[in-house]
Amino acid sequence: MNLLPALAAHAEATAHPTETTCACGPTTTLADREDATVVRHAGTVAKAHAPGTDPTELSLRLTTAARLPEVLLAPLTSTVTPLHDRLVTLWPHGAPVDPDDPDAAPWEAVGTLLARLHRAAPPTALPPMRGPAKAARAIARLHAALSDTPHTAAPAAASRTEPAPTLAPDPAITPDPATAPDLAPRAAPAVLRAWAALPPWARAEAAMPGPAYLCHGDLHLGQLVRHPAPHGPWRLIDVDDLGVGVPAWDLARPAAWYACGLLPPGEWTRFLTAYQRTGGPAVPSDGDPWAALDVPARALTVQTAALAITKAVAARRPLDVVEQALVDACARMVTVPRQLTGGHPD
Amino acid sequence: MQCPKCHAPMQTYNRNGVQIEQCSGCRGIFLDYGELEALTRLESQWSQPAPPPPAAPQAYPAPPAPAWGAQHGGHQGGHGHYGHHRHKSFGHMLFSS
Repeated sequence: MNLLPALAAHAEATAHPTETTCACGPTTTLADREDATVVRHAGTVAKAHAPGTDPTELSLRLTTAARLPEVLLAPLTSTVTPLHDRLVTLWPHGAPVDPDDPDAAPWEAVGTLLARLHRAAPPTALPPMRGPAKAARAIARLHAALSDTPHTAAPAAASRTEPAPTLAPDPAITPDPATAPDLAPRAAPAVLRAWAALPPWARAEAAMPGPAYLCHGDLHLGQLVRHPAPHGPWRLIDVDDLGVGVPAWDLARPAAWYACGLLPPGEWTRFLTAYQRTGGPAVPSDGDPWAALDVPARALTVQTAALAITKAVAARRPLDVVEQALVDACARMVTVPRQLTGGHPD
Repeated sequence: MQCPKCHAPMQTYNRNGVQIEQCSGCRGIFLDYGELEALTRLESQWSQPAPPPPAAPQAYPAPPAPAWGAQHGGHQGGHGHYGHHRHKSFGHMLFSS
């Protein structure tokens, strides 16, 4: 039996431990990616974690979620079950943010939950937060995509040292498909240079500096659900990258979006203010947060740009205007020295 | 078409109704006959004394942003890529690892 039907059967058996039939309707697949397969049956969600996931580390992360039900969605059980060659965990169903209505994103809740998470004492033996490791993996994927394509490091892009003025393209006008495939790889040198300029800890080549805070490690709007659905309080989900480390990393994705001109200032302010008001330790409670955010926001910009180029190269398409904004920010990073990171040496 | 300077492909953009070719490599801009005049005309319309503004569109100063950030990140009072409607690609990015 393949993983997907086996996982569905596992979710169904959990939802109905005694009955042999049910009237809840079909089991739905919420995600089926390389790194995770998630199915839902009625109120039960079963997740098969990435191949090669360490069972001890996953158990520690699962226990952390079970102990912080005010912040993280609590699992149905604290046990990790092997299924085929994967590890499976069980969760209650929660209602996610509507991807078609990101304007309804609960930015205050995100800021408040992160602050509460960072203020919680991390359990002993919890492994490091995996944010920098994910950034390094994105760079590895970019290298792999570039080596698969005949077009690499274009001299015109490589010699660019100053940010060029950007025109907002008319979405109705698309570039000539005949010339499109070689456009995306040209953006890679700027991204790789920005990556090389980051301190070793942000590239997962050294331990993270400073006190070890409890961090989520992969925050975005898909990492929130309301439980119980549909009107319960917001909770953070996905413990795969949870661990101890630099808490500013959890603020860095929204920070990167804001810095690149993608997230409007009002939404960024709602998020940051909620975090500060809840006593989040990643940034000062008032004043400029960028001394702490600079390095993680650079890393997340580089990570997102690298994945965008990788996808564009695979699809043989040019970058769109949003992806280009990330690459342009990477190009500007090399000309701007890193901000002093309060107490965080390289 | 290809850039006469670095030979990278050029992409067409529409700026205030004027078609502009920009090089994907060196970011140089190519204008057809009459396009520079069209842009100058538009510029002069902008620089004419404007009627008194109805109300300040932005009552609060924009929050700080890093120096490598986009110029339109807010501090110049301009608009980034968010505008009135969120770009579909960014909508997807909000939910992706």
